[in-house]
Amino acid sequence: MILTPAHWEAVLEQARREYPREACGILAGRAGPPQRVERIYPMTNADHSPATYLMDPQEQFRVFKEMRRDGLDLVAIYHSHTASPAYPSRRDRDLAFYPEAVYLIVTLQERERPAGRAFRILDQDRVEEVPFQVAG
Amino acid sequence: MKVFINGKPDELDEVMTIARLLERRKARPEIVSVEVNDRILQREEYAKTILREGDAVEIVFFMGGGREA
Ligand SMILES: [Zn+2]
Repeated sequence: MILTPAHWEAVLEQARREYPREACGILAGRAGPPQRVERIYPMTNADHSPATYLMDPQEQFRVFKEMRRDGLDLVAIYHSHTASPAYPSRRDRDLAFYPEAVYLIVTLQERERPAGRAFRILDQDRVEEVPFQVAG
Repeated sequence: MKVFINGKPDELDEVMTIARLLERRKARPEIVSVEVNDRILQREEYAKTILREGDAVEIVFFMGGGREA
């Protein structure tokens, strides 16, 4: 998956802004390969929680319709971890219903050194890391 | 009868409720949100909402997660 520096910075900025709550959003673009991000949709964490996230369904409907109108694919679903590594938790895997999407996780465990990793979550026990690249 | 599901036309050959539509698409009601003609339905409405010609149905799966309890 390829993100521009501006998209990557926007994800990190949102994660920092919403800390200590988990931040979440959708990346839209070309399903590829290669998967290329063209638009970022920061979403409201309806849980407003440092430990869980759930996107607001009303916003999901709006974003899905807009992506369809603009001919964009769902590329990735991202969220932040505030106190654990950038790896899908049990609950992240249980609530992964888009096997075609990349699940991008950003960790602010070390606040000065945010890090991200990307995965495909095929089912609870099948998680595959996906290379992701920040490039203009 | 023709309806639209996530923007795609679909031909229904039987009277269909939202509950039946979800079942047919193997989408568990407890992990989706459903909108018909721009109105979000409550889960209790799925079994009694019958689709009509031209209805626009949107189905999204939950996007969520979190730390282990
Ligand atoms: Zn998580």
